[in-house]
Amino acid sequence: MEKLKSFLSGNKIAQGVLIGVYVLITSLALYLSQKSVVAFLLLLFSLLLLYYTQLSNRLKWLLAGVVLVGVLPWAASSGPSYQSYMEVATLVGIYVAMALGLNIVVGLAGLLDLGFVAFFAIGAYTYGIFATGQASNFMPFGEYPLSGESFWLFILVGCFAAALCGVLLGIPVLRVKGDYLAIVTLGFGEIIRIVYNNLDKPINFTNGAMGISSVTPPELFGMQFTYPSQFYYIVLGILVVVMFAVRNFEYSRIGRSWKAVRENEIAAQSMGIHLVKTKLLAFAIGASFSGMMGVVFAAKQAFVDPTSFTLLESITILVMVILGGMGSVPGVILGAAVVTILNLQVLTEVTNWLNQMSMEGAISFPEALSPSKMQRFIFGAILILFAIYRPQGLIPAKNPVFNEEELKAHAAKQTGKKSSVPEDRAMQA
Amino acid sequence: MISEILQTLPQVLVDGLTLGAIYAVIALGYTMVYGILELINFAHGEIFMTGAFVGVAVLFFMSGAGWLAVMPAILALLIVLVVTSLVTGVLGMGIERVAYRPLRKAPKLITLISAIGVSFLLQDIVRFITEWKRGNYIVTGPQLFDSKIGLDFSSIWSHFNDAILKTSSVILLVSAILMMIGLDFFVNKSKWGMAMRSVAQDRDTAALMGINVNKVISLTFFIGSALGGATGVLFAMQYGTINPYIGFILGLKAFTAAVLGGIGNIRGAMFGGLLLGVLEMFASANLQKLTGGVFTAEYKDVFAFGILIIVLIFKPEGLFGKAVTEKV
Amino acid sequence: MVLKKSLAVVMASALSLGLLAGCGGESGGSSGGKVIKIATQTPLSGGSATLGESIKLGAQLALEENKKKFEKMGFKLQLVPYDDQADPKKGVSNANQLGADTAVMAVVGHLNSGVSIPSSEVYEKYNVPMVSPANTATDVTDRGLKTVNRIVARDDFQGPAGADFAIKTIGAKKIFLVQDKTAYGQGLADAFKKAAEEGGAEILGYEGITVGETDFNGVLNQVVAKKPDLVFFGGLYTEGALLIKQAREKGIDVPFMGGDGLDSSTLVEIAGDAVKNVYYTSVAADANKTPEGQKFASKYKDKFNKTIESYSAYGYDSMSVVLQGLEAAIKANDDKLPERKVVAEHIRKIQDFQGVVTKVGFDDKGDNKFAKVYIYKFEEAKYPGKQEGEISK
Repeated sequence: MEKLKSFLSGNKIAQGVLIGVYVLITSLALYLSQKSVVAFLLLLFSLLLLYYTQLSNRLKWLLAGVVLVGVLPWAASSGPSYQSYMEVATLVGIYVAMALGLNIVVGLAGLLDLGFVAFFAIGAYTYGIFATGQASNFMPFGEYPLSGESFWLFILVGCFAAALCGVLLGIPVLRVKGDYLAIVTLGFGEIIRIVYNNLDKPINFTNGAMGISSVTPPELFGMQFTYPSQFYYIVLGILVVVMFAVRNFEYSRIGRSWKAVRENEIAAQSMGIHLVKTKLLAFAIGASFSGMMGVVFAAKQAFVDPTSFTLLESITILVMVILGGMGSVPGVILGAAVVTILNLQVLTEVTNWLNQMSMEGAISFPEALSPSKMQRFIFGAILILFAIYRPQGLIPAKNPVFNEEELKAHAAKQTGKKSSVPEDRAMQA
Repeated sequence: MISEILQTLPQVLVDGLTLGAIYAVIALGYTMVYGILELINFAHGEIFMTGAFVGVAVLFFMSGAGWLAVMPAILALLIVLVVTSLVTGVLGMGIERVAYRPLRKAPKLITLISAIGVSFLLQDIVRFITEWKRGNYIVTGPQLFDSKIGLDFSSIWSHFNDAILKTSSVILLVSAILMMIGLDFFVNKSKWGMAMRSVAQDRDTAALMGINVNKVISLTFFIGSALGGATGVLFAMQYGTINPYIGFILGLKAFTAAVLGGIGNIRGAMFGGLLLGVLEMFASANLQKLTGGVFTAEYKDVFAFGILIIVLIFKPEGLFGKAVTEKV
Repeated sequence: MVLKKSLAVVMASALSLGLLAGCGGESGGSSGGKVIKIATQTPLSGGSATLGESIKLGAQLALEENKKKFEKMGFKLQLVPYDDQADPKKGVSNANQLGADTAVMAVVGHLNSGVSIPSSEVYEKYNVPMVSPANTATDVTDRGLKTVNRIVARDDFQGPAGADFAIKTIGAKKIFLVQDKTAYGQGLADAFKKAAEEGGAEILGYEGITVGETDFNGVLNQVVAKKPDLVFFGGLYTEGALLIKQAREKGIDVPFMGGDGLDSSTLVEIAGDAVKNVYYTSVAADANKTPEGQKFASKYKDKFNKTIESYSAYGYDSMSVVLQGLEAAIKANDDKLPERKVVAEHIRKIQDFQGVVTKVGFDDKGDNKFAKVYIYKFEEAKYPGKQEGEISK
């Protein structure tokens, strides 16, 4: 064992081969036995293993891409459960993007937002209203529903609408700090939901509690997107953009200012960081990810109603961020995947299995203890345990280590540009 | 329109004050903990809810044993209140010990998250136990008081309509006021109250002065939670039916009330609670009339949260709070 | 470094697990012929779990009674209950799961129209026929989906039937409407309002309350001020009971009326004596009134040790309808298992099925031609109320 360990830890090729073998076996297992949820989960697990290998970043991304774009859909596609796996994978993707958005607000900028699902709702309603006859109730021009091709444009519209709302919310809210901010954002989330639930009078914008049904599916070159397996690729595409954005923001000037604000507002301010601008950007960028996914969600469900955007949903996204590790991008992705799969697949499967067992009379099981009812219990326990024992989450955030000498030399070369100096300071603060 | 609003005004005030009194007493719990630890005890709403369930369980036990029939209702209520306060007080202390104390030096965000966790956990535990024992988690308890009093407002001013006041509302109002006065007296006049205030001001210095900080914090949680639990009993008396999810919305509103009055300030919490109750009741009775049917009663929460946001923007320390400058 | 070590261990165990799982996946259900699964999808947890479970149990009873018959034909019937938690998202996700499982031939469900509408879009994609024992919203069948059927009446039948009864029989002229701002409550209240206006009644007010709240005095103060002679509530029993109770405490003694959402024993439990003089329309007949219904009730009691709820018999009848359609489809296909599309067609073709509580015959949209609306009144604090009227199309 020890030998194997030391052999593996240095040997990149061996790691690569092992990962390859692992992916091959799990995907074959999934391919051959369609109903095995375990095989599906194990295949997804390969991405986590990949993260821990010592391969170069570029290669990791490439391999992950191959697994997600090619291997996973291929392995799942052979049998009857194809769409249900893809449904889960699509929802995981949606939640990953939202959790990454919240991670910017909570994890990087340290602003606790308890009404985050409001931005998701904004995106969903933006598309829902215009992709059905709903818009003709108040739009003086144009013909509705818009065609499925407008979906691609609406991803951007949803993104900007949510970002704009993020800024609008941010302006008044940023006067309050810490705990107050949490309660105000919570109030904001509830306000948005109540407003959507009631905007059927005096002019029917959202169709109120009845919700908007039969949302036009997206269309590209005459092909309609209706199955989860098709939405999977849309989500994957957006996810690539989101991850690219997050990666770049995190280590940029703005990312470092977020962290500085998180650690100490006053110190950050005295280092020349513009507080309002920094916080508003965090809100806007975080919200925009949610907005995009909201559009996808509306198209995928073909139905939008206010019950999908409750406080519990906001808390669920927060749990994903905490569980994975605040501020840590790989952690948050893992957290989102774990919570979503737990919720959709594991709890449902276990409950179904227990129901089946008790129906056949094998065991007697109190209905009250059914796992799918215990969602709050499980989330609550996760929150407390992680807060106490592992506040940094499953995969803690890492700050890149810089060589001080090199930086100094670099700074000396660029003495003309003054901005580089406070930047470095800001990072240390 | 004005005359219609005036007509219902007495009844709206009575209902609003009743609801406001509940908000006020729950808000006290938030404010006490915040004043000392600067922590939003998110679980406080659930402690209130647990109190309601414990109270109803005690009532069921008493009526099952046949005691309810033989003792006066007030005595029964007192017993239930005392038992429930003890249970929820100890529960509050336990929560502090397990979920908050290890995090006292951690960033506030982490403690807040732990508090949200406790809140979820309590909801589900209560749901589970109730559903297991009774088959349904919506519980209707035995009623101790079901008479009502007519208030003759129309003789004061002919534009008013008469109002109806339930006996349980009177009891609720009286107990709430007693609790508030008692707490105010305790914090401002007693030795323990002085210790609490000193811990709130500066924990380290208080410790140097020979105050057992942990004990004081435990006591704070005990008192706050006992008050919350007692309010739960009063709530169950007033509305009859309870479920495990009442605590969250009510807790949220009560917290809003506490912030409105200036968090950390006991009198502010009382005032904020009563104000919020009356405003909310007024909004749901009159919003439709005032806006010509554009906004219906459903917007009352938007109204309440809107007021909170406005107060926070223009006076972030709340109506009664003192502005604090932050030191680095 | 610890991670590196565990990496190897995890990988090794993962491989073996994966292989095990791969082998284990298919092994179930090979005995006793080809497995046919019929799913139920109702809330088994949450606020309306009582109703959801009663549908599931009713369906289970019907399925078990037909097991022998299908075994003779060479098929093994199996019930797969899904829990939609009354949540549209959960419903859609479950729908994808059961739609993907080719052994699932039909679905009995849902309880809530709000869940039914998005989920049925998924059923349509997979051609899974659905028979709803309880959905009343017009949109459920108005979208013209081939797979969606229901055996109960629609809101635009229930609402007007209630309004007609309120105006003609109770003699209401001034009506105040309250609804709970959910898809169900709003749909019903809107239908009632429209019919009441057409019937010549005056609408004094139309207000919304929030689900999950407990104090409705604000809205009730409006009712007091307006002095209506009937209050209509569109919503479910939890809020309805509190509303009625608080109204009576305020001295509002006029009759209350509600829809099938009030049709639950919990209403009486919460509201107590305040429930007197409350009318409710229901799409569910009182099974205890007919001899077949009583027989069903006693079977149900024997089997599950529970008394029937309003929708138990409808769960039973929905399942019976599904199985009849399935049987016809199998016979038409030379005793082999047909495609789901064919099953859906055969279910839609059913024209005169006599169930325990209702006769079933689907029109071209999937609505039941024989669906009736029943009107009940609580004369004392006892569930169910007394049946006052029965209205058919």
